[in-house]
Amino acid sequence: MSNDPMAEIRSSFFVECEELLESLQDALNIMDEGAHDCETINVAFRAVHSIKGGAGAFGFDNLVAFSHRFETMMEEIRAGRLALIPDTIKLLFITADLLQDVIRATRDGAAEPAGTQEVLIALEALLGENGPPAEEEVDFTPMGLSFDFGDTTEDTTYLTDGATGWSIAFTPESGLYTSGNEALLILRSLSQLGATKVTCVVPTDLPAPTEENAETPFLSWLVHLRGDVIEDDIRQVFDFVADVCQLEIEQIQGGIDLGTDPPSTAVEEEKPRPAPVTDTVAASRPEPAVTCAEVSVPEQADPPPPANASLTPTRPLNPSTAPSEPLATVRVDLEKIDQLVNLVGELVINQAMLTQSVEKAGVGHQPDVMSGLESFMTLTRDIQESVMMIRAQPVKPLFQRMARIVRETSASVGKEVRLRTEGDNTEVDKTVIERLADPLTHMIRNAVDHGLELPDKRREEGKPAEGVILLSASHRAGRVLIEIEDDGAGINRPKVRETAIRKGLIAPDAQLTENEIDNLLFVPGFSTASKISALSGRGVGMDVVKAAITGLGGRITLTSAPGVGTKLSISLPLTLAVLDGMVVQAAGQTLVVPLSAIIETAKLEADKIHHLAPSAEMMQIRSEFVPLFDLGQQLGFRDARIESASGIVLLISQEDGRRAALIVDAIMEQRQVVIKGLGQSYGNIPGVAAATILGDGQIALILDPADLVRDGNLSSPRDLKAAV
Amino acid sequence: MADLPNTTPENDVELLSFRISEQEYCVDIMSVREIRGWTRATPLPYSPPHVKGVINLRGTVLPVIDLSARLGMEPIDGIDQNVIVVVSVGGTTAGLLVDAVSDILTVSQDEIQPPPDIGADPSACCIESLLLVEGKLIRVLDLKVLLPNAPRDAA
Repeated sequence: MSNDPMAEIRSSFFVECEELLESLQDALNIMDEGAHDCETINVAFRAVHSIKGGAGAFGFDNLVAFSHRFETMMEEIRAGRLALIPDTIKLLFITADLLQDVIRATRDGAAEPAGTQEVLIALEALLGENGPPAEEEVDFTPMGLSFDFGDTTEDTTYLTDGATGWSIAFTPESGLYTSGNEALLILRSLSQLGATKVTCVVPTDLPAPTEENAETPFLSWLVHLRGDVIEDDIRQVFDFVADVCQLEIEQIQGGIDLGTDPPSTAVEEEKPRPAPVTDTVAASRPEPAVTCAEVSVPEQADPPPPANASLTPTRPLNPSTAPSEPLATVRVDLEKIDQLVNLVGELVINQAMLTQSVEKAGVGHQPDVMSGLESFMTLTRDIQESVMMIRAQPVKPLFQRMARIVRETSASVGKEVRLRTEGDNTEVDKTVIERLADPLTHMIRNAVDHGLELPDKRREEGKPAEGVILLSASHRAGRVLIEIEDDGAGINRPKVRETAIRKGLIAPDAQLTENEIDNLLFVPGFSTASKISALSGRGVGMDVVKAAITGLGGRITLTSAPGVGTKLSISLPLTLAVLDGMVVQAAGQTLVVPLSAIIETAKLEADKIHHLAPSAEMMQIRSEFVPLFDLGQQLGFRDARIESASGIVLLISQEDGRRAALIVDAIMEQRQVVIKGLGQSYGNIPGVAAATILGDGQIALILDPADLVRDGNLSSPRDLKAAV
Repeated sequence: MADLPNTTPENDVELLSFRISEQEYCVDIMSVREIRGWTRATPLPYSPPHVKGVINLRGTVLPVIDLSARLGMEPIDGIDQNVIVVVSVGGTTAGLLVDAVSDILTVSQDEIQPPPDIGADPSACCIESLLLVEGKLIRVLDLKVLLPNAPRDAA
C-alpha cells in the first residue's frame, strides 16, 4: 500500500471530501436560515456532485450510488421541483451527515453505515408523484470529457460574439507519448493563444488501462479557439508533435456557440437537466469514469476532482464557490508543521542559552552585542508567532460537528433545537481544537438533554417550542473564549443540592452559595438527570469535561438563571506551545509562573501579614486582604515558611476574580518559555501545569497558580493528593 | 524473524545488566534507548518517593525513576558516577537511575527461569525472571510493571 501512487491521490480525495462536506454544511445552514437563492443551492449541489465525481474516479461504488441519489435530489431542488420547506432541509441535513459517514466508511474500508437507504427513500418520497426522473441519467454513455483549462472558460458569452475562431482536431498517434510529448501541455499552450473550449473525444472501444498501453494514445481532442490568431501560431504549438499526430485546423467564421456544444458550468444554471459533458465524470456509472480518469493519470492530465489546485472558481468540479474569495493555499503534512514548531521551540531555548552565555562571558554590555541579541530575540519571537499561526485553524469544522450532535441528540430526545454559532472563523491551535471535540460534544449533549425543556413545557412557559443553543467563539485577552448558552430551564439548584446530599458529596446542613451549588455539577460522581438517557449520564459527567478542559490549560465556568438558561464558558490558551512567564525561585527550586496570572508583585512585609486562623495567613495589599500562601510549602518542597525570611509576593488572580498572594524567594527574570508536556505518567500534579527548559538546560515546572491556591482554599494540598 | 542475523539463534536474548546496591539487575536490551550520566533532576511535587524528578533529554521532558527506591531499597543520592538508563516500553519512555552499568549479556532463553513465589515483597512483582551467570544471580526486571502506567483516557 505504501508504494501505491494511487494511495496518495486517494487520500487527497478524502481530504477534499472533508472540505466539500464543509461547504455543503455551510450551504445547508444558509438554506436553513431562509435563503433559498440559486447560488446557495448550487454550492450544495456542486459539493455533492464533486464528491460523486471523485468517488467515481476511484471506483467507490457505494459512495457513488449514495451521492448520486443525493445529487439527484439536489437537482430537483435546484430545478424548483422540490420546495425547500424546513422538513426537507432537515432531511437534507441528515443526508449530508450520512454522506459524511459513507465517505468515512469508504476511506476506512468499513461497511456502509446503517440508515442510508432509509434516508434516501425518505428524501425521494418528498418528490411525491413527480418521482425522481433522474435514473435515465445514470445510463447514458459517455461521449466526451470536457477539460477546462484554468482561466480560459470563465464566461462563454464571449465565444458567441461573432468573432473569428479556429476548430482544431488533434489526434495523437502512437509515438507521441513515448517521445516524451504531453497532450495536456499542448492544449495548455493552445489556451494561451486565446480562449479555448476543449472537448475530449473518447472512443467507444476504449480499452482498460494497463501498464502496457499507458503510452498508447486513445483519446483525441477537439479544440475551439477564438480570437485573432493566425494559423502559423497554432501550427507552431504542434511543431514538436507534427509527425506523431493527426492535425486538422479549420477556420470558423462567425460565432462559435459553445452553448450547444458540451456545455460548461456557466450555462448549467439555465439548463437544469443537461446531459452535460461536464457531468460525464460524475453522472456516469463508475466504470467509464474510471477509465477516463486512469488514462489521464499517467498522462498527468488533471485527475478529475481531487488533488488538483483549482485555478478558477467557476470550474465545474470546484467546491469553492462560497462568497469569500478563495485564497491560495498549500496543503502541508501536519507532521512537517509539528517538526517546525519543535524546531522553533528549540530555537527559543537556544536563544535563551546564548543570551545567558553571553552574559557569563561578560560581553553582554557591549552595544553591538546587545543590539544583535535584541534583534535575534525579536526575530525568534516573530518566527515563533508565525509558526504558531500556521497551526491555528478556524473552529468552524468543530462547530459543524457540534451541529450534527445537536441534530442527532435533539431527534432522539424529542426536542426541537436550533444551534446558532458565532465566531466560526476564530482561529485556535489545532491541538486545542482536536482535544476540545470530546468535552464540547459532551456539553452540547448535556445542553440538549438536560438544559432545554421539552417543547410542551416550553410552550407552557411562554417560550418558543424550539430551544436555542448558542455556541460562540471569540478571542479575549490572549485567550480563546468558547461559550455554550442554552435558553432552557437553568440549573435546578434545590434538586442539585438534594442530589449532592443524597450522594454524600456535601453535608446535609452545608450552607452553599448559588455559585457553589452550580459547581457541584463538576464534582466527580454527580449526575442530575432523573432519567438516565443513552446520550448523557453514562457515568462520565461534567467532571470529565472539566478535567479535559483543565488539561488544555483552560478553565470552565458555569452561570445559570432559573427559567432563562445556562451558560458554560470555557477559556483556553491560544496555543499550547509558548507562554510568557516569570521565572521565580522558591525553596531552592526554579519555577515559572504564567505572566497572565500575575497582577502585581510586592515585597513581603511582616506588619502586613495577619492571621485568620492558626495556619491561615492573610496579607494586606492596600486596603484589601488576600489569602497568603508560601509557594515552596504549597508544592511540598519545604514544611513551613521561614518566618523571618524576606521574600517577594506575587499577587495572582483566579478566573473568577478572586485573588491570592504567593510568597516566592526571588524573582529571576521575565521571559517567554516553551511549554513541554509533563506527560500523564504521574497524573495531574496539583498546581503544576507543565514544564519548560530553561537557558541552562534545566527543566523548570510551570505553575498553575490558580489551581495551587484553589486547592489551598479547600484543604491542604497534601490531603488532596492523598485523596487522589 | 527472518532478518535476524544467523549468528544469533532465535532463542537468544541480549540483556543490559546494571548494579543497584550491590545487586545485579538487567533489562532486555531492546527496550534500552540510551545510557547517560547523572544530571540533576527537577523534583516533581507530590510524586511518589521513587520518582526522582524530570530531566531534559534533548528537548523532551523525561521522568527519572530511582530504581533503588522503586525496588524498596535506599534511595540513590545522585552522584556523578550514577547512570541513567533511558528505557522505552509501550510508548512510555523513562530514565532509570542506577548505581552503575555492568555488562551486556547474551543468554539463551533456556537459562532464564521464573522467580519462585516468595509472597508480597514489593520488589518481587517487578522481577520477571532470574538468571545465573557465572554463579551470580541476576534479576531480569519487568519494565511494564516498573514504568508508570500509560496515560489513562480522560473522556
